[in-house]
Amino acid sequence: MSSEDVLNPKRMPHDPEKATLEGRNKFLGFWFFLGGETVLFASLFGTYLALNGSTQGENTPEHLFGLELVFIMTMLLLTSSLTSVYAMYHMKNHDFRKMQMWLGVTVLLGLCFLGMEVYEFYHYIHEYGFTFRSSAFGSAFYTLVGFHGGHVLFGLSWIVALMIRNQKRGLNLYNAPKFYIASLYWHFIDVVWVFIFTVVYLMGKVG
Amino acid sequence: MSTAVAQKRGLGAVIWDYLTTVDHKKIAHLYLVSGGLFFLIGGLEAMIIRIQLMKPDNDFISAGLYNEMITMHGTTMIFLAAMPLIFAIMNAVVPLQIGARDVAFPFLNSLGFWLFLFGGLLLNVSWFTGGAPDAGWTNYAPLSTTSPGHGVDYYVMGLQISGAGTLIGGINFLVTIVNMRAPGMTYMRMPLFTWSVFVTSTLILFAFPALTVGLFLMMFDRMFGSAFFDVGLGGNAIIWEHLFWIFGHPEVYILILPLFGAFSDIFSTFSKKRLFGYSAMVFATVLIGFLGFMVWAHHMFTVGMGPIANSIFAVATMAIAVPTGIKIFNWLFTMWGGQIRMTAAMLWSIAFIPSFTIGGMTGVMLAAAAADFQYHDTYFVVGHFHYVIVGGVAFGLFASLHYWWPKMFGKVLNEKLGKLAFWPFFIGFHLTFFIQHFLGLMGMPRRYWVFLEGQGLATGNLISTIGAFLMAIGTIIFLINIVYTAVKEKKADADPWEHGRTLEWAIPSPPPHYNFVQTPLVRGLDPLWVEKMDGKEGMTPAEPLGDIHMPNASILPFTISLGTFIAGFGFIYQVDDPIWLIAVFAGMGLTLGSMLTRSLKDDLGHHIHKEELEEDIKKGVGK
Repeated sequence: MSSEDVLNPKRMPHDPEKATLEGRNKFLGFWFFLGGETVLFASLFGTYLALNGSTQGENTPEHLFGLELVFIMTMLLLTSSLTSVYAMYHMKNHDFRKMQMWLGVTVLLGLCFLGMEVYEFYHYIHEYGFTFRSSAFGSAFYTLVGFHGGHVLFGLSWIVALMIRNQKRGLNLYNAPKFYIASLYWHFIDVVWVFIFTVVYLMGKVG
Repeated sequence: MSTAVAQKRGLGAVIWDYLTTVDHKKIAHLYLVSGGLFFLIGGLEAMIIRIQLMKPDNDFISAGLYNEMITMHGTTMIFLAAMPLIFAIMNAVVPLQIGARDVAFPFLNSLGFWLFLFGGLLLNVSWFTGGAPDAGWTNYAPLSTTSPGHGVDYYVMGLQISGAGTLIGGINFLVTIVNMRAPGMTYMRMPLFTWSVFVTSTLILFAFPALTVGLFLMMFDRMFGSAFFDVGLGGNAIIWEHLFWIFGHPEVYILILPLFGAFSDIFSTFSKKRLFGYSAMVFATVLIGFLGFMVWAHHMFTVGMGPIANSIFAVATMAIAVPTGIKIFNWLFTMWGGQIRMTAAMLWSIAFIPSFTIGGMTGVMLAAAAADFQYHDTYFVVGHFHYVIVGGVAFGLFASLHYWWPKMFGKVLNEKLGKLAFWPFFIGFHLTFFIQHFLGLMGMPRRYWVFLEGQGLATGNLISTIGAFLMAIGTIIFLINIVYTAVKEKKADADPWEHGRTLEWAIPSPPPHYNFVQTPLVRGLDPLWVEKMDGKEGMTPAEPLGDIHMPNASILPFTISLGTFIAGFGFIYQVDDPIWLIAVFAGMGLTLGSMLTRSLKDDLGHHIHKEELEEDIKKGVGK
């Protein structure tokens, strides 16, 4: 049997992402990678917690943050996580069209989130003169939230690239793990945001 | 031998082969050669340091250059010599020990290597562009954030790139060991070397991201005007120390654990006995790995964390002596009553035990927080960590290279020259570093450019320098041995030590590029030994002879890494002139573009057909 036949079986297995050894390796390796990413964000959170009081007397967290915008952003990202679950649900049922559709919705929500984050940063810089360089708090804030934003951007580009690449040929055992780990990545980004929402914004407002 | 290797090939084809290879055995060669080269550079820097400290008030090199030397010696030896040399052994041995045909992610394996190499090159380019980093290998802020010139920038970018490579390597070995073991190879049947690589890879996974963040913050402070370590804007320089040591302390276990594993295999093979206390050894390895994350602040006792924090970290540090002691005794008991053969590998291993134990003892001394205020930043510390790193890691690397050289290159390193290299290195090592403990207790601080006459430090330093020259002689003899072996020695058998116990000795030296014609069936700990005791020639296959699926070679790992190298220069120099942002975009474009290509272009690998395997078996591969 050639690779082509192996990857396009007549009956797709229930877990197409874990049907091949390569798929299982990717699955496990990506979980390990997310473990490393957890330490990365933990270090950034630690730095932020050490420096969030170093505001140099101006532009404190209470003064800057508006919870309305951040609440909407949180809802957008949480919903996008849900829609990516739908996409994976349809992948396991071998319904490629529906999977693509839900991934599309995920990307759309992610883009809205990213747009609002850009607006938020723009707002801080132009309305308050609060920049990366104005205080240690500024550096820590933009680095932590910016790292997350960078992850969102990377995740979006990744998912879009996968969607376009596989648009014509549909699901097979080669690309199923790719879609699956991209969605894992997306969930991870979401979890990190929940912590940012709590530690940065909620604790900044009331802490 | 597979047919491809037997053919004569042009130099260009060989270079292209190594640039694109995803074969773990060839990547091991790449790691060994580049790690060895950096080891020589780091050794040269050490010699220059020792010549400068040979006599009081010496002016062999200037104070500024001295700072660059100590910084680059430490950084090179840890990140660019010890790590890749360990990765060389890991790559060469782990897939063979678990009965796999390659690692889980051959492409990432290659990527990890090229990232490490380009990071190392970037760091060393700094010598030629106006000065190397000079803030010590620990690069403490604010010394590092205010260091003039671009030296520290090179440190930041170089380590960031090579650190990414190491992280990738760590994940790769974790998945390889979890998913790729041959049938019957349960966790508690894995050779100790594989076990220690497994624990080490976990440490890499959870330790390196802290360094990544530390380096990012340093990069932002130096290149983009942020204020993490700038006290004037509310920053805090201690954050760097914490992040650095949250990475840095696990790092020393990342360095030593694989060699603990290698020693276990070597002691067992050359004592012709199974390892004493196998389960206790596994337990101790895991425990050391776990405790390794709890002790980072013992590097910071004098920072002023307070008595409670200091006490907790002191006790945790001392606790590590317990599992390490378990290991020392198990090695001794493995040899006890065994048929010991004093090969060069065994010589290095036996020398390791007392040397490392001395380093461990001074480690417990340093762990006593109250006493540490006296030892801190003196030559006592320098003596201590060289005892564990040279006496543990360097001895271990020499032992492992002797032991696995036939598996990597098909020839046994000459034993006579091997022993001849050992003695000057061993004597020189103790001469160099033992006296440094006393120099430290007498008050000689580390990192000082000169000491003065009449301080009573002259004799000790002279002895130390003489020792360093002996170590250099030992290293040179080892290099001569490599050349001599390549030219004069004859081809090695599959099991050149005759008492090989683990799977790697069941296949030819060097193995064909698919390693195992048929995946072996593992029937117990020390699987090859089990078969030998049952009177069998080799391993029982676990599958019928059939097509083998192998990954394809690719140039993309090289281009991804090259992109980061180019972007690294861009990041460093855009501070002076924004035109350098072109290099940032070009480099990142190359990197991300190559990654995109990798993601979108199907790479299904290829098959080695049954007929080719039958050909190879006729030539004697299957035994």
